[in-house]
Amino acid sequence: MSESKNGHYKVIGTRPIRHDGVDKVTGRAKYGADYAFPGMLFGKVLRSPHAHAIIKSINVEKALKMPGVKAIVTSADLPEAEDSTQQVGEAAMNPRYLSMNILAHQKALYDGHAIAAVAATSPHIAEEALRLIEVDYEVLPPVMTVDDAMKKNAPILLPNLRNKEEGDNPTNVANHLQFKRGDTKAGLAAADFVVEREFHTAMVHQGYIEPHNAVGIYNSDGQGTIYCSTQGAFDVRSMCAQVLGISVGKIKVVPAEIGGGFGGKTTIYLEPLSLMLAKKTGHPVKLVMTRGEVLRATGPTSGSKIKIKMGCTRDGKITGAEVWMAYEAGAFPGSPVGAGAMCLLAPYNIDNFQIDGYDVVVNRPKTAAYRAPGATNAAMASETVIDELAEKCGMDPIDFRIANAAKEGTAQIVGPPYKRIGFIETVEAIKNSPHYKSALTGKNRGRGVAAGFWFNAGMQSSATVNIQTDGTASVITGSTDIGGSRAAMAMITAEVLGMDVTDVRPTVADTDSTGHTDVTGGSRTTFATGMAVYNAAQDALRQLKERAAKTWEKKPEDVKFEDGKFSAEGEGIKPMTVKQLASRLARTGGPITGRAQVSTGGIGVGPAFAATLVDVEVDPDTGKVQILRATVAQDAGTAIHPSYVEGQMQGGTSQGLGWALNEEYFYDSKGTLKNIGLLDYRMPTCLDLPMIETAIVEIPNPIHPLGVRGVGEVSIVPPPAAVANAIYKATGVRMTELPMSPPRVLKAILEHRRVHDLQAAAAD
Amino acid sequence: MRKLTGGHDRVTVSGRNLREAIADLDRQYPGIANQLTEDGDIKASIAVSIDGEVGTNGVLDTIRESSEIHFLPQISGGN
Repeated sequence: MSESKNGHYKVIGTRPIRHDGVDKVTGRAKYGADYAFPGMLFGKVLRSPHAHAIIKSINVEKALKMPGVKAIVTSADLPEAEDSTQQVGEAAMNPRYLSMNILAHQKALYDGHAIAAVAATSPHIAEEALRLIEVDYEVLPPVMTVDDAMKKNAPILLPNLRNKEEGDNPTNVANHLQFKRGDTKAGLAAADFVVEREFHTAMVHQGYIEPHNAVGIYNSDGQGTIYCSTQGAFDVRSMCAQVLGISVGKIKVVPAEIGGGFGGKTTIYLEPLSLMLAKKTGHPVKLVMTRGEVLRATGPTSGSKIKIKMGCTRDGKITGAEVWMAYEAGAFPGSPVGAGAMCLLAPYNIDNFQIDGYDVVVNRPKTAAYRAPGATNAAMASETVIDELAEKCGMDPIDFRIANAAKEGTAQIVGPPYKRIGFIETVEAIKNSPHYKSALTGKNRGRGVAAGFWFNAGMQSSATVNIQTDGTASVITGSTDIGGSRAAMAMITAEVLGMDVTDVRPTVADTDSTGHTDVTGGSRTTFATGMAVYNAAQDALRQLKERAAKTWEKKPEDVKFEDGKFSAEGEGIKPMTVKQLASRLARTGGPITGRAQVSTGGIGVGPAFAATLVDVEVDPDTGKVQILRATVAQDAGTAIHPSYVEGQMQGGTSQGLGWALNEEYFYDSKGTLKNIGLLDYRMPTCLDLPMIETAIVEIPNPIHPLGVRGVGEVSIVPPPAAVANAIYKATGVRMTELPMSPPRVLKAILEHRRVHDLQAAAAD
Repeated sequence: MRKLTGGHDRVTVSGRNLREAIADLDRQYPGIANQLTEDGDIKASIAVSIDGEVGTNGVLDTIRESSEIHFLPQISGGN
C-alpha cells in the first residue's frame, strides 16, 4: 500500500487494492443476471415498433395459450398512479409518468416503449410468445426534435400536459425556467466584443456495459423481493411501491454488483414487471434486457438546442450573457434543462444575464440522469463562446477564465454565494500541467481547453460500523459500489479507528439490512455516505473509549486515542490497541456498533469544477478527429483514494470525448432508432483514446468533516467544448453541433474553405 | 419567483423558521404559499437555500434575523 501524500491522514490519500477487486477480476462477483432460483421463469417485454401511436387494443389470448407461457401483464394490471411531483433520490419524479413508462397506457410514445411483458419457462418461449400478442395501433406522426415539438399545431404527445404560460392549451413544453440577474441588454451593449451562436447536441446514452436486469420473487404472504442492477436500492423500492400501489415495507431490494450506471440506473424499468409477473405466476421471474432494448428504451440524456449571446470588454471582462435553451425530455417531462441552465455560467462571475430553459417532450425514450445531467450540453455552448471571446481579446483562454472566475462569495446563478471553491486552482492546474507547457507541432493539429461545473449532491445516508472481537471492523452501508466506494468507506473507517484498511470489511446491504440511503449518484456517495461512515466510526470510537475508561476506572474524557492506541494518565495503565480492547468487549458491556444517519442537504453541497485540455489532429480529407493527448484537472476537495478519483476523472473524460466525437441516436423519418448495437452506437474504446493525464486539486469542502466534495460527474462536462476549441485551432472552423463526427467536421471544413475561397476571389 | 412578487427579485420577510417566513411572504403576496408548499411542506420540485446551505428540515428549517433565503428549482436529472 502506498503512503498517504495528503499530509493530514494516515490512510486517506493512500491507494489500497479495492476490497471487491478479487471477486471482480476472478468473475466471482454476482451481477443481476447471474441470479437463479428454483422454479424461476424468464420474462420478455413486447415493445412498440412505432414512435407515436394510439394503442387501440391488446389481445394476449393466443400468447397465453402457447405451451410454457405462464403469465402476461399489460398496463391494465397497473393501478392508477398518483399525478404528482415527488423527490426520489437525485431527481423529482411523477409516479403517473413513471407508470406510463413502465408499460404504455393508451399511447406508445417512442420506438421501444414497453407494451406487455410475458413470463415463460424459457427465454425463447417468452420471446416467441411476444409475436403472438396482437396490438392494434393507430399510428400518429412522430415528433422528434424540440423545434418540431415547440411548433404551433405540433402533434401533442401527452393530451393532459399543461404549462403555466399556455393556460389550458395542450402543449409539448412541460416547463419554462428563467434565471435572471442585472440588466442583460445593458451588459451586452457595454461589451466591446459580442459572440452569438446556436448549438445543437445529440441525444446520447450512458453506455453502461451491463444491461438492465431484475429478478422478482413474490411470496404468498404479500412480501416481495427484487434482485437487480441499480444505483439506488431504496429508490427502486420506493418507485416500485408507487407504481405497484404497495407499501415500501413489503418490498426488499437486493442490489447486485453493477456493471456501470452513470445515472442511467437511478430509475426503474424491469423491476416492477418482475414483481408483477412473479405475483401472477407464483414463481421467481427474471428479465434481462438485450443491448437493443437498452438503447431503444432506457434513459439516454437529452439532445438540445442552445442559443447563446455573450459579450466582454476589450480587457476580457464578461459584461453580459443571454441564453435560450431547449432540452429533449423524451416521452415524459423531466429533462435536465434546469440543471443545465444553472451550470452554464456557474464558473464565472457575471453581473448581467438571462437564461431561459424549456423542458420539451418528444417521441424518444424518457431521459434519465447521465453524469452531471444537463451540464455537458450547456458547457459545449458557453465554453466555446468563451474561447471565442478570449481570442477576440487576444488573451490566453485560461487567463480569460481566471479573470472572470467565480470564487468564495460570488453569487451562484441561483443566488446563494459560493463557499470556498476551487475553480481558479483547477484551471491553474491545467496551466501548470506538463501538457499545457509542452509545444504542439504538426499540421492540422490544435489544442483546446474548456471548464465545467457540477453541483454535487448530499441527501441521506446511513452507516453502521461493527467492532469485531479480534479488533477488526465491518462497515455496512446501502450505497451501491460503482467506482470504488467500498474501499473509500473502509479507508474512512480505518482512518478514524487507527486500523489497517485490510482489517475493515465493507459491505453493501439490501434495503432490509441498513438504514435509508439515497442513490449512488450526484457524486454524493463519498460525500454523504462517507460522512455517515465517518460519524459511525466516531460513534464506535467513543464507545471504545468508554470501555477503556471502564477498564481503567477512569472517565471517558480522560482516555486519549492516538496512533491506534488508547491511553490514560495513571499508575500501572498500559496503552491498549483496538485489538487488545476489542478482546475485552464481552466483559466490558458487550458488542460495539457505531451508527450514524445523515441528511446533508440537497444539491450543491460540494460545488465541483473540472477543466480539460486536449490536443487533436483533424484529417482534412475525411473530417476524422484523433485525440492526441488529454489532461483533466478536477477539484476533489479531499481525495480519499486518489486512484479511484483519477478513475472517475478519466472515465468522465472518456465519456465526454465519446459525446464530443461519435455518439448519437439515429432515428429514421418514422422515429425508429436505427443504431441499436454498440457497433453502430460508437463509444470510444482504448484504441480511440490516449492515456488521460490527471491533476487532482484538493480544496477541502468546508461543510464536510474530511473536506470531501464528490468526484463522479464533473469531468464529463468540459470535453466536448475543449475538443471543439481544439478543432478550431487545427482547422479554423468553429463547430457548433455534437457529435463532431467525420461527416459534420468535413462539411464544416468544406464550407469554411468555400467561404474563404469566395472571399479571396472577391478580394482579387 | 419574480412573477409572483410583482417583479421584485428580493423581498424582506420575518419569521423564526421557513414556515413563518412563507406565511409572511404570503401575506405580502397572496397566493405565493400555494406555489411554494404542498401538504404543509416545501414542494418536491423546490429546494430552499438558507444562508448558502440547502436545508434538510423543510418548513421547520430555522432562520436568523439576517438570513438570506433563496428558493431554487430542485435539480432534476430525469426520472
